[in-house]
Amino acid sequence: MNFPLENSGMLAVLVAGFFFGYFLDVSGLGSPRKLTAQFTLRDWSVFKVMFTAIVVAAAGLWLFDVIGWLRFDALKIQTTFFWAMTIGGALLGAGMAIGGYCPGTSVVGLFTGRVDALVFMLGMLIGTTLFAANFKALQGIYMAAQGPKGQTLAALTGLPTWLILLSLAGLAGLAFAGFRLGAWFENRDGGAISAKELSE
Amino acid sequence: MDDRQAQNFWPPLAAGAGLGLALLGMFLFTGHGLGANGFFTRTAVWLSDMANPVWAEANAYFKPYLAKGHPLDEWISWEIVGVAVRLVLALGGGVLTGFGAPLARGCTSGLGLSGGAVLAVAAFVFLIAFFAAGLLLSALTRRLWQ
Repeated sequence: MNFPLENSGMLAVLVAGFFFGYFLDVSGLGSPRKLTAQFTLRDWSVFKVMFTAIVVAAAGLWLFDVIGWLRFDALKIQTTFFWAMTIGGALLGAGMAIGGYCPGTSVVGLFTGRVDALVFMLGMLIGTTLFAANFKALQGIYMAAQGPKGQTLAALTGLPTWLILLSLAGLAGLAFAGFRLGAWFENRDGGAISAKELSE
Repeated sequence: MDDRQAQNFWPPLAAGAGLGLALLGMFLFTGHGLGANGFFTRTAVWLSDMANPVWAEANAYFKPYLAKGHPLDEWISWEIVGVAVRLVLALGGGVLTGFGAPLARGCTSGLGLSGGAVLAVAAFVFLIAFFAAGLLLSALTRRLWQ
């Protein structure tokens, strides 16, 4: 075994894209009410789904790496650009709080028949064009505080390989504590928004 | 409402595990994660090129995308009418998102989720800012969602 296969063909992307959209849809994250309810702390689905997905994928990649089936350095690992990612992340958080979507869930929203998802997409096109129009002026922020190339949490903290497992277990523990806290907030405000409630 | 919507949503843990496995499969096959924002950047490039080719081709951010060709789909419809607050907010949120995603070099999926899977520091910087800003702003808009 020698992963990744470096196969970026249409089929791999289509299959992954199908499952991506499918799991977003069945978890209810195509609904702007569920997405914005995360930020009012009423419904913790966004946090739970994202954190579970990250931990499952990270644990799987780690497992393949340990077995020796994976060239970890061949994976795409984003380089930190601290200010661009902090400001950009905040803009997406604000955009989701106001608009009710992120780029991925707006597609799910559109295909489940929501007009506001289309309007959100139109807004994204305007925003991206504004970004491009000001790209030169934004260069300072765009490039500021660049971190080491493809830095991971393990590289940042200097943990040896065996400790990466422990940090993953720690992340899972944190997630569990997060779920408990989330459940407490959900029950306080009347529980997670069910599909039944949305269809009424 | 159709029958599908009346079915219950999957539990977040099950859906998250499924999403994580899809993400893992994507990494194993292609070496990179999933992202949703690339399509919108491509579409913005394509529309700008239609409206003002001289400007689009001279633009430092759009130019590399033009060399990669145009998005396959042309399904974006412009028949948007309506002054409902919901739609204005959706548009405003979209503008912030459309500006923020190329600035951050990725969206919730492309940077937050995919970067998180490879434990990239960049992803956690992004996610912390994402949740912090969302929590802050929802305090101002939450009554619109009741």
